[in-house]
Amino acid sequence: MSTASVPLPAWINYGVIPILNLILAFFFSGLVVWLIGENPFEALQLLLIGALGRGEGIGFTLFYTTSFIFTGLSVAVAIHAGLFNIGSEGQAYLGGLGAALVALSLDSYVPWYVTMPFAVIGAALFGAACAAIPAWLQAYRGSHIVITTIMFNFIVSSLMNYVLVRVLIVPGKMAPETRTFLEGGQLPKLDWLIGVFGGRLGAAPLNFSFVIALVMCFLVWVLIWRTKLGYEMRTLGHSPTAAAYAGMRYSKIVIITMLISGGLAGMMALNPVMGASARLQIEFVGGAGFVGIAVSLMGRNHPAGIVLSALLFGILYQGGAELSFDMPAITRDMIVVIQGMVILFAGALEYMLRPAIVRLYQQAMGR
Amino acid sequence: MDFDIFISILGSAVRLSIPLLFTALAGLFSERAGIFDIGLEGKMLASAFASACVAYATGNAWAGLGAGIGIAIVFSLVHGFASITNRGNQIVSGVALNFVAAGLTIVLGQAWFGQGGRTGQVPASGRFSGITLPGAEMMREVPIIGPFYANVISGNNILTYLAFLMVPISWWVLYRTRFGLRLRAVGENPGAVDTAGISVTWLRYRALIVTGFLAGFAGTYLSIAQSAAFINNMSAGKGYIALAALIFAKWKPVPVMLACLLFGFLDAFANFMQGKALPLIGEVPVQIFQALPYILTCVLLAGFIGIARPPKAGGVPYTKER
Repeated sequence: MSTASVPLPAWINYGVIPILNLILAFFFSGLVVWLIGENPFEALQLLLIGALGRGEGIGFTLFYTTSFIFTGLSVAVAIHAGLFNIGSEGQAYLGGLGAALVALSLDSYVPWYVTMPFAVIGAALFGAACAAIPAWLQAYRGSHIVITTIMFNFIVSSLMNYVLVRVLIVPGKMAPETRTFLEGGQLPKLDWLIGVFGGRLGAAPLNFSFVIALVMCFLVWVLIWRTKLGYEMRTLGHSPTAAAYAGMRYSKIVIITMLISGGLAGMMALNPVMGASARLQIEFVGGAGFVGIAVSLMGRNHPAGIVLSALLFGILYQGGAELSFDMPAITRDMIVVIQGMVILFAGALEYMLRPAIVRLYQQAMGR
Repeated sequence: MDFDIFISILGSAVRLSIPLLFTALAGLFSERAGIFDIGLEGKMLASAFASACVAYATGNAWAGLGAGIGIAIVFSLVHGFASITNRGNQIVSGVALNFVAAGLTIVLGQAWFGQGGRTGQVPASGRFSGITLPGAEMMREVPIIGPFYANVISGNNILTYLAFLMVPISWWVLYRTRFGLRLRAVGENPGAVDTAGISVTWLRYRALIVTGFLAGFAGTYLSIAQSAAFINNMSAGKGYIALAALIFAKWKPVPVMLACLLFGFLDAFANFMQGKALPLIGEVPVQIFQALPYILTCVLLAGFIGIARPPKAGGVPYTKER
């Protein structure tokens, strides 16, 4: 009998296989470090100390984690409906415009907790708007969502370039960015959270959007596993023909799913734009949208898994930055390599080890 | 517009369209065989890096080309291992390889050359330089055809001519050989090909090897023909524009060439228009030209300019009956 159809218990499917894949990814990344002539174990140690050693490091780690939770959720929601949203990057970028417009117009009148709900809505609306056309093309014109969302990443990039360089730039300044938001347009830092563990946040930009991200995790869990819409999305993801047979409307589900996915990606912008730099900067997303793909795959598209894998990537990003100070031969871009390896082994090659594990499992079960 | 300026824009359009053309033809082979390849960008980048390194070390452009092709084929084979042998998701595999290429080129470049991801300056012998075709100087005096011949057709490097040569060759291979027929069939209905006793796996691997071969030319062109060193993220999204061109051309070789020339022309025109005003319209933001290839492709996908129908079995791993 073919090994592909043998059922495995959940602890192997969701525990052993992802961890083995992750180990493989790190093994090959370590090989690259070794190739450069550095000690991979020493590098790993420096990375972990940099990411988790001090309050400030933890603050930065959780700051990156926040962004990755948003983009990871964005990718995961789409995957549940069988759609591969590769455009979280662009949706987050446009979401930044939504958040910035709200912050720019409200910051001098109201305190941050009044601005925040509008900024969340603004960011989500702009992110969703960016996903709307690819969604419509997929739903009614049958064009592949992967291709159109890639195209929109570039279209948004050009658009934002124009907006920042020509429209929102501060007159007389060279840097393509908006003015700095006042207090009313900034999200407060979470000093107390690190304080609970006896550390100090220092310059780390961990901010209130971390809380929003965790709330969104819960809401996504409710949406996917506790609502009718979530059920329809999962049905569509498993079998479009079954969904059609059950009378679910393909185009409606596709469009709603993509709008939610885009909205979640858009909210990611709250973290860097209103939480950290307090202004809209060019290229502020910096690849977080693509990291979302790795985060979602690693986390098996479940919010709890996404929090864990976002934390893993947060550690990699912060630790990688520190590592490049300590070992100048290893640049920050080592993280990109690790990310690629994780996507390759946890995503594309996720079934590679399965036949061997099935055989081992059957032997262990005495068959 | 002044005729000389127009000719110079055309010349630069041709030069800018070459990497697109190689890459789009590369994508043509894998997509017609039913393997989506988002990883074209990564292949181009990795091969640009490899050929710059080898050309720098050996001072031989052809050795550089060989290295570029070699590494692109390796990337192709990894893509094949993930998406054919292990039946993984082809999009995910492509995305992964793009990341690996983007990261590795910088990490290794910094470790080996220490110039922030730049490789060393490749010596003149390690580059493909322009070839002046016979009679270019003599023809220059002839009105209209002369400058066109001297500035657009002549003076390019050998890879440029190879790129245009690849178009009829690709057409011939795809539509006039047994391999091409089977390749197109495996992209439409792998079950039928399997029933005929032909290995779907081997056929798709061969298609991917061709893809790597052609993508290697594209990367080599970027690093040692167009410039004289590898620079960080030098492909800068060209792999994705090539993908757009492939779709825009509806997965056919000759239209692929025209689409690449169009997108190359848009790029060249955008460079020229920087800070200039068009008559009647006034100054047009360059960003519009940068976004135009993508917008055009989306409009095409919306079905407003004919219908772009991808190979039927594209993106679906082939599983024999269990």
